[in-house]
Amino acid sequence: MTTTVESTLDPAHAVVDQTVLAGEPWVQRVRKGQTLRIVDLEGNQAVDTIFYNADDPLERYSLTHTIQAQGALYLATGSRLMSSEGRPLLTIVADTCGRHDTLGGACACESNMVRYALEKRYMHSCRDSFLLALARDTDDTQPLHKRDIVSNINFFMNVPVTPEGALTFEDGISAPGKYVELRAEMDVTVLVSNCPQLNNPCNGYNPTPVRMLVWDPS
Amino acid sequence: MQTSFATLSPLARAAVPATSTRYSPELVLWEDTLPGGASWSGLLRRGNTMRLTDVHGRANVSALFFNFEDRNERYNMPDTLKAQHTAFLTRGHALYSDMGRVLCSIPEDNCGWHDTVCGVLDAERMTAKYGEARYQQARNAMHRNGRDSLLVELGKWGLGKRDLVANLNFFSKVAADAAGALHFDSAHRQPGQYVDLRFEMNVLVVLSAAPHPFDTSPHYDPTPVQMTAWRSGTAGADDVCRLSCPENDRGFINTERWFL
Repeated sequence: MTTTVESTLDPAHAVVDQTVLAGEPWVQRVRKGQTLRIVDLEGNQAVDTIFYNADDPLERYSLTHTIQAQGALYLATGSRLMSSEGRPLLTIVADTCGRHDTLGGACACESNMVRYALEKRYMHSCRDSFLLALARDTDDTQPLHKRDIVSNINFFMNVPVTPEGALTFEDGISAPGKYVELRAEMDVTVLVSNCPQLNNPCNGYNPTPVRMLVWDPS
Repeated sequence: MQTSFATLSPLARAAVPATSTRYSPELVLWEDTLPGGASWSGLLRRGNTMRLTDVHGRANVSALFFNFEDRNERYNMPDTLKAQHTAFLTRGHALYSDMGRVLCSIPEDNCGWHDTVCGVLDAERMTAKYGEARYQQARNAMHRNGRDSLLVELGKWGLGKRDLVANLNFFSKVAADAAGALHFDSAHRQPGQYVDLRFEMNVLVVLSAAPHPFDTSPHYDPTPVQMTAWRSGTAGADDVCRLSCPENDRGFINTERWFL
């Protein structure tokens, strides 16, 4: 049972409109009041995302604060993404997918070795994209490292947990053109890895591009 | 051919004991009681096990784990859950670091469910739930919240807020319904329940015995936890954690390579 809410924002009026190819990171500052839309262009594409307070990146998205605040695991319209200081970073204001994952984290060379085979070490992974973006694309006055890679959100990813506690990666419930839209409640830095995972159905075994749009407040 | 324990070189296989060692009183190294609400941190070396016992059946132990030799390597909740296809931890499970290694594993557990996703209360939320009891009035019966307690212990080792990742909550069961809504099972805990954490690496352990965020009790009344360190050795070739899934076979190989 999921609820979807559509947006009335017009892409022609967006101040940022970029495509992020599969396997690549993306870093963008989104100011308080601006709206960020992530579009799953071709469907079933996991978008691994961490948010940081743009002025104090020691304050960052916290999965445990977010789960505590809503008393539930999955994200949907109305979910507030909470920071490690217990403050809302962003609110989901529209969503045509209906469910997003908080528990799956990011793929990494090292976790791929455990999950699939030691020989998978040299496949591309989200954590490599995160590490590259943090080293290359963030503010040198506040350098961020592996320690700052916390449990991320996986937009469009379906990781159901049963009442008995089983956790599986399932085929996505997303589809071409589905999107999620978030309003920034403070100035945030958005760190995205457009997931390159080929070993499970999180990307439908075919990682594809996503579109990132930002609107100013109306 | 994919690497597995069966394909390892003779020297690598010889570094693993044939069988795991079961608990016996003569193997105990030290014991201590963590009072309800209090915190603890310390080094547990590879080959030792810490048994946590819920003395009164109402305890919660929030826990974080770091590779003592490289504290950038730490317990990783998502990697632990997805490798083992579970949302909770119990006997047969391993606690993975973000580097694909087993920090510790759970060869014995008669509790059956340890929460992995709910985190800790901070000062503001604890006060909202239980009211205020500061040191000035309450002395050492003051209310202690999980976040501040973990920060105190992390600070003793040069760590801080950046290291406050999603923690484990031993003895607490929180299950999700079909919509993902979480429910604390207040009938799950029983006096005397214990869980063994067998350390497969040299691990900095950080613990807080403050109440679970979703504990349904309206009163601040955390209860003590017995800590028993004993010399177990590492996981044997026949170990329940190593054999519980092919992912763990590989995780233990990664871990043992750190020490070869």
